[in-house]
Amino acid sequence: MKFTSSPLLSQLLPAWRARFVAALLLLAFGVLAARSVYLQVVRNDFLQQKGESRYSRVIELSATRGRIVDRSGDVMAVSTPVKSIWAIPEDARLTPSQARELAALTEMDVRELNRRLATEKDFIFIKRQIPPDTAEKIAALNLPGIHQQREYRRYYPGGEVTAHILGFTGVEDKGQEGIELAFDAQLAGKPGSRRVIKDRLGRIVEDVESIKSPQEGKDLALALDAKIQYLAFTHLKQALAEHKAKAGGVVVLDAKNGEVLALANLPAYNPNNRLKLTGAQLRNRALTDVFEPGSTMKPFTAALALEKGRFRFDSQIQTAPGRLTIGNATIHDAHMHGILTVAQVVQKSSNVGTAKIAATFAPEEMWQMFDELGFGRPLRLGFPGEVGGRLRPFKTWRPIEQATMAYGHGISVTLMQLARAYLAFARDGDLIPLSLTRLESPPLAGKSIFSAQTAREVRAMLEMAVQPGGTAPKAQIPGYRVAGKTGTAHKLEGGAYAERYVSAFVGFAPASNPKLVVAVMIDEPSAGKYYGGEVAAPVFAQVMAGSLRTLGVPPDAPLRPVQVAREPAPLVPEKL
Amino acid sequence: MLRLNLALIAIVLASALGAVASQHKARKSFTEMERELERMRQLEVEWGQLQLEQSTWAAHARIEKVARERLHMKPPVAGQVLAVEGPR
Repeated sequence: MKFTSSPLLSQLLPAWRARFVAALLLLAFGVLAARSVYLQVVRNDFLQQKGESRYSRVIELSATRGRIVDRSGDVMAVSTPVKSIWAIPEDARLTPSQARELAALTEMDVRELNRRLATEKDFIFIKRQIPPDTAEKIAALNLPGIHQQREYRRYYPGGEVTAHILGFTGVEDKGQEGIELAFDAQLAGKPGSRRVIKDRLGRIVEDVESIKSPQEGKDLALALDAKIQYLAFTHLKQALAEHKAKAGGVVVLDAKNGEVLALANLPAYNPNNRLKLTGAQLRNRALTDVFEPGSTMKPFTAALALEKGRFRFDSQIQTAPGRLTIGNATIHDAHMHGILTVAQVVQKSSNVGTAKIAATFAPEEMWQMFDELGFGRPLRLGFPGEVGGRLRPFKTWRPIEQATMAYGHGISVTLMQLARAYLAFARDGDLIPLSLTRLESPPLAGKSIFSAQTAREVRAMLEMAVQPGGTAPKAQIPGYRVAGKTGTAHKLEGGAYAERYVSAFVGFAPASNPKLVVAVMIDEPSAGKYYGGEVAAPVFAQVMAGSLRTLGVPPDAPLRPVQVAREPAPLVPEKL
Repeated sequence: MLRLNLALIAIVLASALGAVASQHKARKSFTEMERELERMRQLEVEWGQLQLEQSTWAAHARIEKVARERLHMKPPVAGQVLAVEGPR
């Protein structure tokens, strides 16, 4: 029998059965379609995210802090990566031998390590900032619960020599002192992050997006000259040891463009190892400590006298008998001099002569000069803790105060302010702003305070002060003409002047065309000598001589050489 | 008609394979670039360390010590210096 003629085919089934099957199939399709809509449309974002998380990763991009270099490009501060070792104490179950190995690598005591790990905390640092090769050895031990984190550490190859000017950064690589703090915005890098696709082996195969691009810290070129800085620091250190002084500072400025070539302070510290730091070591004295400048102020009084036309270079002043009573106070001179010219008043540093000159000024005139010279106001170099010193409003001045201020008492300044004020003499009477960073071009002419004529005459007076008959013959430098002024001030203690001194010397060279201004301050020399000419002037001469040689400044007072280099006479064979 | 279709299929296949191949190549080059960038960072770190080392060796304190103690040098005293003016 053929299949087509099967009797079963002729049997009619109820129509609903076919429809039922068709409906069932349609329903199944409908369910599938609904599910796919649910997955593709409703849950799309969530699922896509889940999927991506299997292969895409966000990685942190670290940025390094910029380097600090000196004016010739020598590195003064640089960050290099180091590792910090941290632990989850709960997971860190170390066997005694593992603990011993870890302790040896981190240079810790085993008991100290175990004590730290016995804590209840979730997270502890075991040791921060260790060299990368040691960290690799620790990683190779494969200890449970011990992890590593990449950090940066700042190194200062100059050590204590550049400690105060550079300052330092904290453990988080943020500036905390000095240049590091003042220029933090420029030096600091900003870390970024980006999303990438990684393959099975953890290699990055595709960049998806850059979420935040990192910004590397910019390098900073200082005006500092590493060699001059070293000279200033070592000579200051020698002088402090020789005179058993408490503290001291040296500032070297470029008279042509106002750059700070050196700034040294003592006591100092090693910025690479800052355990046991004291406040005294941290002080950047040249900028944050004020002192009474003493006789180093006298040239300003003389300059004002010349400027106002009330005195000439050679006007005569009677300083005998070496005493002058104003109100109920008496001013003394260290030595009796008799009749002196204005130039000699500065040369011999006569208090009486200076007070007599100052008595001809209106308080306002004097105040205005001090204010224009920048006394009483911070220099705003951007340094943390900069102070402005003390310059009282002229309306409250009594005659005796005006007299003492003329020779540097009753007014207080920082060493940097004093050095800057001398720029007015070293230049032709104008004052320019100082710069800690290297300048590409010198600043335009600054603010004129004295006329060029006055500046020239004061330069001549200051040159006399370092010559025989002046107060500081020890400031002389063979081969160069030097000009400068000593200062020896009693220290104020509890409102009264004590038998302790601040010795200072400020000067410039070569006097024919000044290139450098050097200011030296030595606090409480206590080995017998305390006059500025004995204590501070030799430091000035050493620093200035070395700096001029370093910079290749041609001598303006050439010496007669002992040995004259002569070209050997040509050998002419004698003819018979 | 059939020939045209076959040709189109062949072209589509070739372009699909090409897309896959170039994607793979792109990823490979990218990994390589990543590796070189990493090397660059490493070299930069090394450069910083070398600069540090150089400035430690070239520290003025060390140079002065070597000059004075090992080479027995001393600064010239006044009179031993002869200034020579170069031609201008």
